[in-house]
Amino acid sequence: MLNLPVFPDNSAQGFYDRLFAQKAVPTTGQPDPAAMSAFLAAHPETAAAMALIKKHPPTPGFADSSFSSLMTFFFVNDAGVRTPVRWSFVPQQQALPPRTGGKNDLFDALIRQIRSGPLQWRLILTVGAPGDPTADATLPWPSDRRTVDAGVLTLTGVETDKAGNARDINFDPLVLPDGIEPSEDPLFSARSAAYAASYRARTGEPKTPPAVQVDKVKE
Amino acid sequence: MSAPARYPLRTRILHWLTAVLIFSTLLIGFVMVNSIGSYASLRTTHMTLGVLILAVVVLRAANRFTHRAPRLPDTVGWIEHKLVIGSELMLYALMLAQPLVGWAMVSATGKPVVIFGSVQLPRIAPFDADLFFTLRQAHSVLAYTLVVVIAAHVSAVLLHAVTLRDGMLSRMAFSRNR
Repeated sequence: MLNLPVFPDNSAQGFYDRLFAQKAVPTTGQPDPAAMSAFLAAHPETAAAMALIKKHPPTPGFADSSFSSLMTFFFVNDAGVRTPVRWSFVPQQQALPPRTGGKNDLFDALIRQIRSGPLQWRLILTVGAPGDPTADATLPWPSDRRTVDAGVLTLTGVETDKAGNARDINFDPLVLPDGIEPSEDPLFSARSAAYAASYRARTGEPKTPPAVQVDKVKE
Repeated sequence: MSAPARYPLRTRILHWLTAVLIFSTLLIGFVMVNSIGSYASLRTTHMTLGVLILAVVVLRAANRFTHRAPRLPDTVGWIEHKLVIGSELMLYALMLAQPLVGWAMVSATGKPVVIFGSVQLPRIAPFDADLFFTLRQAHSVLAYTLVVVIAAHVSAVLLHAVTLRDGMLSRMAFSRNR
């Protein structure tokens, strides 16, 4: 899940091409503007998505960010009826302002805030209507779609990455509970493949201490 | 030269069934790790075939104790006879180990193996990232070893069947003409 309104790409090829177009040129340290405009001309879906993303600048912290599925899933009932759904975790608090100076500011602010009390997000399901795009996460759904308040996610603590917790999990968007199915969005398979390759590389690396150490963050 | 005896029909069926399953599963395995768009569906098929292979090989190993192998052609000397026995044992070991390592490897990621789209198998290894990496590397090494041992197996049989024309292949074949 991401803190974006839509995803910038609708195909693995588009994602791959964008990484090259955004690559910094060694002499300037900036992406090549010609490469980027050629890429956007070839990928109008990304140009449209980026315009939308620009209208939704990131919030000051993690605690006040919405995190959205972006991609579409199908919820399947006992009768086999498949309903397209997208979801968002919507924050229920302001974020503590980050103290400036360190590269881990956003993480440190979240750690401090969670020490003073739990953080909550509402899980809001958005139900698609017939004709809504289900295989293209660059396209938003109309804002008047029905939503369902499905519950509250409460974070009561935070832990440093270590053996046996999130560090060792391979997140795979295709590992889904009964009743939830992926849409035909081609990025599902691409993400599953890329995350599996990355998990293999990651688990084979020598372990280094995590950059963010929860117990080293001062009040 | 008299035609040598054959393996029983059930053994020949199990042999060629295993051959088809293993060729498909190896091919899908090599393709899927280099595939983006088809990775998810190939992985599902690969795991289903792998579990089928495990079941067939267990059945085949049990069946192997129900009869003796037909006599080898006279062209096979005693050193080659030892190699034949060794390569058969090696193939059985690899065919059993590879699906088990694959199953354990998925288990070590904390997730179950899912076959036929929805049947979840129990996990057979603890959730452990280091263990996953070891098993993942072993799965690749075993895959390449299988390719090499199968190539040697096929080459040796072809050497006998085509060059020495001693009826080696007919021990495992279905044709009426020996």
